[in-house]
Order: sequence, then C-alpha cells, then structure tokens
Amino acid sequence: MDGLTLDLQILNALAALLLLLSFAMLAQRRIVRLVNLFALQGAVLSLATALLAWRTGDGQLYVSAALTLLLKVILLPWLLHRLIRRLEVYWDTEPMLNIVGTMLVGLLIVVFAFGLAQPITALASTATRSAIGIAVAVILLAFLTMITRRKAMSQVVGFLSMENGLFFGAMSATYGMPMIVELGIALDVLVAMLVLGVFFFQIREQFDSLDLNNLESLKDEDR
Amino acid sequence: MRTASVEFIVLLGAPLLGALAFTLLRERSWTPQANIAFSGLTFAAACALTARVIGEGSLTFANEQFFIDPFNVFLVTLTAFVGFTTAIFSRPYMRVELEHGRVSARRLRLYHSMYQLFMATMLVALTTNNMGLLWVAMEAATLSTVLLVTLYRTPASLEAGWKYFILCGVGIAQALFGTILLYFAAEKVLGAEGVNALLWTHLDAVKGELEPTVLGLAFVFLLVGYGTKVGLAPLHNWLPDAHAEGPTPISAVLSGLLLNVAIYAVVRCKVLVEGSLQTDLPGRILMGFGLLSVVLAAFLLWRQRDIKRLFAYSSIEHMGIVAFAFGMGGPVANFAALLHMTVHSLTKSAIFFAVGHAAQKAGSQLMDDIRGLITLSPTVGWGLMLGTLAILGLPPFGVFASEFLILTTAMKQQPWATPILLLALGVAFAAIFGRVQPMVFGETTAKRLPHPPALLPVFTHLALVLMLGVFIPPYLADWYRAAAQLIGGG
Amino acid sequence: MSLLDWLTQALEVIVALAAAPLFLGWINQCRAWLQNRRAPSLLLPYYGLRKLFHKDAVIATNASPLFRAAPYVVFGTMVTAAAVIPSMGTRLPFTDAADAIVLVGLFATARVFLALAAMDVGTAFGTLGARREMMIGFLAEPALLMVIFVASLITATTTLPAISERLALQELGLYPSLAFTAVAFTMVLLAENARIPVDNPATHLELTMIHEAMLLEYSARHLALMEWAAALKLFNYAGIGFALFIPWGVNMGAGPLALLASVPLLALKLALAGAGLALVETVSAKLRVFRAPEFLATAFLLAVLGLLVHLLLRAA
Repeated sequence: MDGLTLDLQILNALAALLLLLSFAMLAQRRIVRLVNLFALQGAVLSLATALLAWRTGDGQLYVSAALTLLLKVILLPWLLHRLIRRLEVYWDTEPMLNIVGTMLVGLLIVVFAFGLAQPITALASTATRSAIGIAVAVILLAFLTMITRRKAMSQVVGFLSMENGLFFGAMSATYGMPMIVELGIALDVLVAMLVLGVFFFQIREQFDSLDLNNLESLKDEDR
Repeated sequence: MRTASVEFIVLLGAPLLGALAFTLLRERSWTPQANIAFSGLTFAAACALTARVIGEGSLTFANEQFFIDPFNVFLVTLTAFVGFTTAIFSRPYMRVELEHGRVSARRLRLYHSMYQLFMATMLVALTTNNMGLLWVAMEAATLSTVLLVTLYRTPASLEAGWKYFILCGVGIAQALFGTILLYFAAEKVLGAEGVNALLWTHLDAVKGELEPTVLGLAFVFLLVGYGTKVGLAPLHNWLPDAHAEGPTPISAVLSGLLLNVAIYAVVRCKVLVEGSLQTDLPGRILMGFGLLSVVLAAFLLWRQRDIKRLFAYSSIEHMGIVAFAFGMGGPVANFAALLHMTVHSLTKSAIFFAVGHAAQKAGSQLMDDIRGLITLSPTVGWGLMLGTLAILGLPPFGVFASEFLILTTAMKQQPWATPILLLALGVAFAAIFGRVQPMVFGETTAKRLPHPPALLPVFTHLALVLMLGVFIPPYLADWYRAAAQLIGGG
Repeated sequence: MSLLDWLTQALEVIVALAAAPLFLGWINQCRAWLQNRRAPSLLLPYYGLRKLFHKDAVIATNASPLFRAAPYVVFGTMVTAAAVIPSMGTRLPFTDAADAIVLVGLFATARVFLALAAMDVGTAFGTLGARREMMIGFLAEPALLMVIFVASLITATTTLPAISERLALQELGLYPSLAFTAVAFTMVLLAENARIPVDNPATHLELTMIHEAMLLEYSARHLALMEWAAALKLFNYAGIGFALFIPWGVNMGAGPLALLASVPLLALKLALAGAGLALVETVSAKLRVFRAPEFLATAFLLAVLGLLVHLLLRAA
C-alpha cells in the first residue's frame, strides 16, 4: 500500500467496496434492496472508471464511465424497479437462504478467485492490476448469488452483477475493451433486460398471477 | 483490402432489413413469403460471396472487422442455405399452428422478425474477425431466440426459455471473461492502442508470442462459455428443453445452425490457444468434453418420450463427435469434423422438418402418440425414416462418410477412444431406431392436415447428404482441405 | 525499562480499574439522552459496586469451588488484559509477556470460566446463557483474531503496542482493509460485551438475555467482581479499538509530558467512543438470538475480507 498515489488508493478502496457490495448482494433477501445494491455497485464501478480515465487520460474510458452510469445506475435499476412495481413483487423475499453458510462459501470463492487471478496479475502492467482478483471474485460471487436464488428477479440481478464484474475485470486488466466491443456488450445487456421484461410479462400472462413462484415449481416438475 | 462488397452487404443487410421490416409492419398474408424472399436473398448473396472467395481467396471488409476465409465461408453458405429452406418449411408449418390457435398473428410477427434477426446474428458471428464482436453476436443470437422458444407461452415453454436464457447467459458471460483475457494477452503483443488486438487474423499471426498461461486460462473460460451453446455435456441442460418447446422451425435452426456457429467459435479460439501453448492440451480438453457428450447423450436417448427431445439429444451426441474430431486435430480429423458439421446440419434440419409435420398430424410430440406415418402420409414417413437412417450413420449417407473418417482417424491417433465412440454410436442407433420405426410403420388413427406439408426442403437436404456420402465435389473438398489446414492441430 | 515505562504500566492498570465503571456509566448516560430519558448518575456503576461489596454473599449449596473461584479468575484476566493494551503508552514492560494473540486467549479464558461457573449450579438459565455465550464466542473470537491479523500483516508484528506504534507512524493513506476490519471490530465489540444488537445489558428478559443469564446465581462481592470485570472488558475492547484504529495520542517514548497529555486524550477518545456506542445501540434493534450468528458471521466475513483485500491490494 505504501507509496501509492492517492488516486490509486481511492481506486483500490473502490475495488474493495465493490467486493463488499457483492457480499451484501449475496446476503440480501429483499429483492428491492438487491436492485438498489446493484445500482450502487454500478455507481462505484462508474466512479472507478471515471477516476481511471482521469488518471490515464483515456477518452474512451470516460465514455465507458458515462455508459456505465447511464446503463447500470439509471436505466437498468429504473427498468427493474418498474418491473417490480408492475409485477407487484415489491415485497418478495428469498426464502430459505442460509446466510452464514453462503457467506463462508463466498469467502472460499474469494480465495479461489484471488488464486485464479494471480497469474494474470503477475503479467499485467496496468496500475490497477491488483484489482483483477477482486473482479474475478465479483464475477464468481454474482454467480453464487444466482445459484442460491429461487426467485427469477434476483437471478437476473445476479446475472447483471456478473456483467459488472466482467466490466471491472476488463477495466483493471487492460483499461477496457475496444470501444466497438464495449458498445456491443452494453447493447446486449440492454436488450437482455428488455427481453427479460417481456419474458416476465409472459410468465404473468401464462400463470394468471404475478407470483414468480410458479416458475420455480415448474422447474422442479421437469427435473 | 476492401471496405465492403455488394455481396457482403446484402448477406448481412438482407436479414437485418427483414427483421426491421417485420418488426415495423403488421403481420400480413404475404409475410411468410417475404420471409422466404429475405432468406433467399441472403442465400444468393452467400453463394455469390462463395464464388468470389473461390476466385480471390480470403477477403476482409470494413477495416478488417469482418473477414471471409475457407473455414467460415462454407459455414456461411450452409447457414444461409438451411435458413432459406427452413423459411420455406416454416410457411405451411406456422400456418397450421396459426389455425390450431397455438400462435396469434401478433406472435407470428415476432416470430418472423426474430427469425431474421437470428439469421443476421449468426452470420455476423461467422463473418466477424473481431473476437469481441463474435461474443456480442453469440449473445445476441441467444437473446433473439429466447422469445422464439417461448412463442407458445405454455408453462413448459416458459420454463425452457428461462433455462435457456439463464444457462446460456451465464455460459456466455464466462466466454466474455475468456475474451477479456484474450485481449489482455493480445494487447501485450499487438500494442496498447489495440483496436486490432482482438482481430482474429492479427491474433493468428502472432499466436506464438501470446502469453501461454493467460491463453490457457482464457481457453478454459471460452470453452465453458461457447461450449454451453454447443451443448457439450455437462453444460447441455438447456438444449433439449429449448429444442422441444420451441416451434419446430426454430428447433431446426437451433440444432442445425446455432450449434455449428458455437462450435465454430470454439475452434477459432482453439487455433489461437494451441498456437500459443505449443501443446495439444486444448485439443485434449475438447476431446474429453466431446467424448463425454457422446456417451452421455447416447444413454440419455433411451429415456426420451418426446420426439423433439430425442433428436435434441441426438444433436448433443453429434456435436460431441464434432468436438472430439476437432480435438484430435490434424488435416484428416478436421476434414471429417467439417464434413460432419455439414451433413449433421442438413440431416438434422431435415429430420426436424419431417418431425414437425408428423407431430402436427398426430397432434402431439409424444412418440407414443405418433404412429403409422407411412400409411397416413408416405412422404413424411419416408422423410423421417430416411433422415433417421442418415443421422444414424448408415451408408450411403454423408454422416456415414464423416463418422467413418473420424473413427478411422481415432483408431490411428487415439485408439483408446475408438471403442467408447463405437459403443456410444451403437447405443444411440438402437435407441433412435427403436423409437422411430414404430412411428413410421404401424397403425394410425390420425387425420389429414389442411395444408400440404412442405417436403421439398426435407428431400433436398437428404439428397445433398446422400450426395456428400457418395461423392464430394472437388471444390467442396478443396475448401474443406483448406479449412482443415487452417485449423491445424493434431 | 525505564522508570517511566513502569509508571506508565502501573498508571494504565489503575486507570483501567478506575475508569471502566465510569465508561459504562457514560454510555448509559448517552443512551438515556439519546432516548429522551432522564439520565442516571454518571457514578451509578460505582454505587452499585460499593453496595454489592458490602453485602453478604449467598452461594448455592451445590456450587463447587469453581463457582467461587470464577469471579476472581475472570476479574484477574481482565486486569491482565488491561496491562497489555496500550491505552496511554506503548512502552509497556508487560508486553514482552503477552502479544495480541495471548490477549484473545485471555478473553477466551474469561469466557470459559464464566460459562463453566454459569453451568456449575445447574440452573436452566445459567446453562442457557452459557450455551449462547459459547455460540457467540465461537464466531466472535476468530473474527477478533482476523482483525488482529490484518493489523499484524500491515505492521509485521503481533504485539499490540508495537502494532499501534507502527500504525501511528506510517504515512496516512486509504486502507480499505483497515476500514473493513474497523467495522468488523465494532461488531465483535458489540457482541462480546452484550451490547444491543446481540444482547441487551439493561434487561432481564429471560428469553433473550445472554450475559445476564450467566450471572443470575451470583451475589454480593462475586457479582461485583463479575460486573466490574464486564466493565473492564468493555474498556479493554475500547482500548484495543483505539490501539488499532486511532493509534495517535499515546506516549511512544517521548517522555513524561506525552504520558501526561495522553490522559485527557484517552478521556476524549473514551467519551467519543461511548457516545458512538450509545448511538449505535439506540438506532439498532435487538436481533433475535438465532440471528446473532448471522451478525457475527458478517463480522468474521468483513475481517477476512479485510485480510484478503490487504493481501491482494498490497501486491500492487
């Protein structure tokens, strides 16, 4: 830590915050709060990107930061909240979530992620290379969030959070992907969200109710 | 280097325009014909492009973002062709569905626009030179088909769509991480201002200098990611559901085309990684996944009651064979794998066409409910029977030729795998043949359909497969050889 | 070892013994203010102790000698702990004998004796309390250890005064790992000292209490020692917190003046910490007992995350 410039220290702190938010999402039972945490994660991500852009003077990163802010802090949470309201799942909570167990598994995952990132970190030349491990951890934790959830909505938030981790990984390893790819990814995420919106309404239409539990029971039926 | 060519613009433009047009316009009586027309136009463009590549060799377009080489050009043509014939098949098929009230006109509009969009994403995925764009196109292909899988809005189809979305979404996220790692490694060699750092042709040129550790790690993620879309076991869970619950034309293109495109992505990555690692480790991993898929699918075939699920598992099996062959590498195995991709794609879509008509006649997809096709509709019955025989690898069909090549190569290069493959093929043969035989022959009570089935695609495909089994045209063989050379390995 | 060091050592123990009940009283007063109640006297804990020392002890007939010994052991360990925590100066002669890990061991010893004594008489409440105490302990102790490990990793030593000294002397910067561990430490402090989200020090409601349940059989001087020990424990935890997260303002060998200055500074830190603690206790609701492991697991998680983040980000 010693000898790092202030902006790098802030970047590291933001990376740590991202990791913390991932854990908060992992432990969160309420769907509405999950969405809020996701928005917060997006905000931290956007801030980190903007800071990195300022540090490197890379105009493309500014665009990425703006894109993140627009998409992940404003648009997607707004869409999700709207969906939650329209589908009337506002009070939905995740049943049967062994938080202590999940957290401990999460910790193991973080250790694994850091180990996984070790060779990449060793080879990276970016100033933010130490955050690569955190990015991998965020991805894997989001994955864990997805597989521990029974509600469609929280699975989707987990999915989006995974994308956050990927973005952060790209940023800390290589200062972002080429612009054309990043735009494509952003478009895909947005379209995915829209498709999901339609999808949720199809579910509601089919089951004559707004309860997503139907989907869960269905899933089990076929197994 | 050229910026673009008319053929190429039409190739990508026609399906995109079609998707746009169908989205904006209301469903009309001529929409299915327009769908055929757009697909036909795409096919024509693909043919013209092919002719050009034969004449001029590899081409790149739009600042090298897109390229055509011997490996992808035949897949482009195949994709456009199957897309075209499926459009022909889907016209009467969807009309019957509309009359049965399973879909509404509004959903048909969604169906047509998404169909064209799906074709466009697959063609972009095949022709793009940029590994990042490849990822974007693969994800877009998933997204455009999710709503097609859930077209009927039955509980089962919604579940299938959800599974498809989540599993492929997660899988493809792994692929994105792999792509990031690839870029990470490439940036070191190709420079930080790496607009070109994700271009496959550039990567291929410097693959020996790419950092092996990173590429090894990247390959694992890429294989898991794109492998999910290929349906390699144990990542195959979404595949049978999505195939069984969606409309049959979609099953045909999913099985015949999307899986090809996904394995194309895997092979592109494998070429880079193998060049960097200087070992055959990626090939071994691919072989392992392939073999596991073949064996698992062969045994799971026995448990199927739904005819579309049966053939979906058969697709997993064949993708396993292809993955195994690419894993072995070398000119002969690659040649066989490419041939197998082609014949599987043609045969499987033909089977799905026949199955679609058969299921419509019986009013059920359950194999127990489908009986005596041969008396009811001899053409559908024969189509299904011949298609089944072809996919099971009976001579003189093309599948026999490719499987024979793969098996003999395996005998030489990986003798341990041969008995496993043979056993799995035998098990699959017994399972599928035992199920299909009573459906084709046997007693029936079903009634006739109001619309004549479109059987031209079925028999065209089968005829082509037959031709490939007996005689591979020299220019096609040259292509395959050139592509096999490109893929290398072994 | 100079005379000043020995003086610091003696002063620290005396101040800890004397100020611990006052600290408790101050927290109670802040809480009362925050909850719009009339505050009890700041000196109330002293009155309570004096009253208890003047009473005759009543001991259950089936109590074993352990029951009588436990208060002295618990009190003794807490005083020993106070001796190795650098609340006023870092040059403590005792620290060579006990590092931070021993400190955690001392707390564990106190816990074991407390729990054994609670079960000794064989009442239902005592056993219940002991059981809950151990449930909390098995998560809180590793969390506390993790907190100390993070600080040890940063400073490359395990003796608390040395950790404190090096933390105070290194350049100022953002330490995400220390931020994580600070939160974790606060959570452990709340749980270990029977404060509100986990236990309620002001209630005797049998279904929820933990610490109080274990003391039910004690009376007079034994109870006084136990309560004094509890106050000392809280004081010690505050001292550890200062040593790790606010390491400035203690005598680091600068001389008698610094030692003198450290007394009002310690008072200020304690006042602020007490107010903060009262605030936390006022705004948070008591958790159901079976949610307490979740609370502590979060503390443990934060501490381990701090450790991992430190290991990772330091690699830069």
